[in-house]
Amino acid sequence: MKEKFKTLTSQCIPLPMENVDTDQIIPARFLKATSRQGFGDNLFRDWRFDKNGKPIESFVLNKPEYSGSILVAGKNFGSGSSREHAAWAVAGYGFKVVVSSFFADIFKNNALNNCVLPVVVSDGFLANLFKSIKENPKALVTVNLEQQTIKNETTGETEKFEINGYKKNCLLNGFDDIDFLLENKDKIVAWEEAHK
Amino acid sequence: MRTLFDKIWDRHVVQKVNDGPTQLYIDRLYCHEVTSPQAFAGLRERGLQCFRPKQIYCMPDHNTPTHDQDKPIEEPISRKQVATLEQNAKDFGLSYYGMMNPKNGIIHVVGPELGLTLPGYTIVCGDSHTSTHGAFGAVAFGIGTSEVEMVLASQCVLQPKPKTMRITINGKLKPMVTAKDVALYIISKMTTGGATGYFVEYAGEAIRGLSMEGRMTVCNLSIEMGARGGMIAPDETTFEYVKGREFAPKGEAWDKALAYWKTLKSDDDAIFDKEIKFEAKDIDPRITYGTNPGMGMGIEDAIPTIDQISESGKISFQKSLEYMDFKPGEKLIGHKIDYVFLGSCTNGRIEDFRAFAKFVEGKKKCPEVTAWIVPGSWKVDRQIREEGLDKVLEAAGFEIRQPGCSACLAMNDDKIPAGKYAVSTSNRNFQGRQGPGSRTILAGPLVAAAAAITGKITNPADIK
Ligand code: SF4
Repeated sequence: MKEKFKTLTSQCIPLPMENVDTDQIIPARFLKATSRQGFGDNLFRDWRFDKNGKPIESFVLNKPEYSGSILVAGKNFGSGSSREHAAWAVAGYGFKVVVSSFFADIFKNNALNNCVLPVVVSDGFLANLFKSIKENPKALVTVNLEQQTIKNETTGETEKFEINGYKKNCLLNGFDDIDFLLENKDKIVAWEEAHK
Repeated sequence: MRTLFDKIWDRHVVQKVNDGPTQLYIDRLYCHEVTSPQAFAGLRERGLQCFRPKQIYCMPDHNTPTHDQDKPIEEPISRKQVATLEQNAKDFGLSYYGMMNPKNGIIHVVGPELGLTLPGYTIVCGDSHTSTHGAFGAVAFGIGTSEVEMVLASQCVLQPKPKTMRITINGKLKPMVTAKDVALYIISKMTTGGATGYFVEYAGEAIRGLSMEGRMTVCNLSIEMGARGGMIAPDETTFEYVKGREFAPKGEAWDKALAYWKTLKSDDDAIFDKEIKFEAKDIDPRITYGTNPGMGMGIEDAIPTIDQISESGKISFQKSLEYMDFKPGEKLIGHKIDYVFLGSCTNGRIEDFRAFAKFVEGKKKCPEVTAWIVPGSWKVDRQIREEGLDKVLEAAGFEIRQPGCSACLAMNDDKIPAGKYAVSTSNRNFQGRQGPGSRTILAGPLVAAAAAITGKITNPADIK
C-alpha cells in the first residue's frame, strides 16, 4: 500500500527553465544506490550545491522564502533518461505535485508510480502562476485530484487536468500496479497459451 | 490498414484496463545494474519470484571500467552495484553475463548481437536507449524501475498506447553522411520534445539503405526527440543479420518465424497520427553546439543567433551556450577540441570501428587529443582484432579500451575534465553528462575521426 492522495494546498517552488532534463534532476553519479531512499538530498544537486557541497544561494531551493510541496516547472520537464531516480529524487525531496505545461513521457509515468502527481496546465496558466509566485513567494495553489482541478489561489484561475481513471483510482486509494498485475495472472497465462 | 507498430502492439495486448492503460505482454526484459536493484528489492519485499525467468537477461555495463576488467572494480559503490546484479540474477534464476564474460557488453549492443532481439518482439529495459532494438521491427522501449519490477513479477507492463508517427527520409545519403548524422538531423528538426507521446516508424529510401547497425543508431536516438521508441520494418537486411545468431530461431522454427516476420510492415493504407518527411540530400555531417541533442547543426553551419530562438527558449539557449562557451551566430568548424570518444550504444558497433579505422588509416592522431576508443561489447572487440582494425588504430596512435558504457555517462572513471571539449559519438550532450563541467559535441564516427586527426572540428569530407 502506498500513500493516498486527495487534495493539496501548498506554496510552490518555481523553476521556470524549460527542458530540465533528468541529468539535472539527479546527476548520473548519484545513481549508484541500490535502494530507493536518499535521492531527495541530491535533487538538482549541481544547481543546488557548489563543488565543495556549499549551497548556492541563488538557486531557488536554497532561498528561504520558497517552500512547499508543489514544484512548478517550465515546459518539457523531465526529458532525457528513463531513470526513475529522477522521480525518487523529486518525491524524496517532498514534492507531491509537479506542475508544468508539458512533461517528458517516461518521467510522467515514473512520477505517477511514486505518488507524485504530474499536472499538465496550459502555457497561459503556467505563465500566470510563475507571475503570482514571483510577486509573492507565499502564493498558494490547490490541487484536487477527485475533481481533477488545479487552482491558482492568487488569481482564482482554475483549470482541469487529465489523468486516466485507473491511475487516479490507484492514487486515491494507495493501490499499485503490481497489486493489479498479480490479480490478473490467469489472463497472462491465457495470453501465453494463445501465442505459443 | 494497420501500422507496423499497431500489429506488434495489438498482438501483445493481454487486456485493456478500463479507463486506464493497456496491459502489454513483454517478450524480452534486459536488466543492467543501475536501474534494477530497487526492482529486485521490491520483489523480495513482496515475497515474489520472477514470473518468466527465461525471458530475462542481465548484464552490467554502466559501471564497468574500461581497463583491468579481470580485477575487482576499484570504486566501492560501482563494485557493489555490479555485485548486486550478479546476486539478484543468481537468486532469481536469470541469465547473467558479467564482466569479462565473452558475452558481456552494453546491453543494447549485446542483445542484437546474440540474436536475443528479434523482429515482432516486445522488448523493455530500464534504460531509455532500449529504442535501439526497434531497428529489427520490434516494439522496444525504456521503462522505469517500478515497471522493471512489474515485468519481473508478471512479464507485463501497464502502458497507454502511444500515438504513431512515420518519419520518411527520401533519396540517397551523400558521401560521409552516417546514420548518426541522419539521427542528429531528425532530432534538430523535431526538437527534444517533438515526438513525445509517439512511437516512430522510420521509412524511406535512405533508411532502407542503412545497414542493421546504422538502423540501430537511428532507432537508438529516437528517445532524444522524446519518442517512446523508434522502429524500422524488417526486411532482407534484417533477416540476413539475425540468421545464425546464437539465440535466433533455427531450422523449422526459423522458417516459421521468417514467414511471420515477413508480414511485419505497415499496410499501404495505414494511417499514422503524424507523418513527417525529410530529404536525404539536405543532410550533411552534423555536430551539436548546445546541451541537448536537439541543439545541432550541419558541421559548416553557424549556431543560431538569439533572435532566431523562441521567446520561451531564450533562457535555456543562453545558459546552454554559456556552459559550452560558444557565442550565438558562431561557426564551430576549426574550433579546437580536447577529447574524442568513440563508443556507446549509439556508435560502439563493429561498423563504427570499421568506419573510424578506415578513416584514420595511414594518418596520425593529433597529439593534443585524448582519444577513448571503447568497443560496445567483447564481441565487437574480438571482431576488431580478427579484422586487424586494432593494428590500424594502434598505428594511428589510438588505444582500444575494454567494453562498456564508459564516457557516455561517465559513471566509471572515464570522465571528461571540466571545461574540456569532447567530440563524442554517444547520444547525450547534457550538462555534466560526460563528467562535471565537461563540454560535449555529439557527432558520428567520421566527424569524430576527423577531429581526432586534426584536433579541431573538421568536415570529414575535407580530409584527403
Ligand atoms: S552507452 Fe550510454 S546511453 Fe547507452 S546504455 Fe550505456 S549509458 Fe546508456
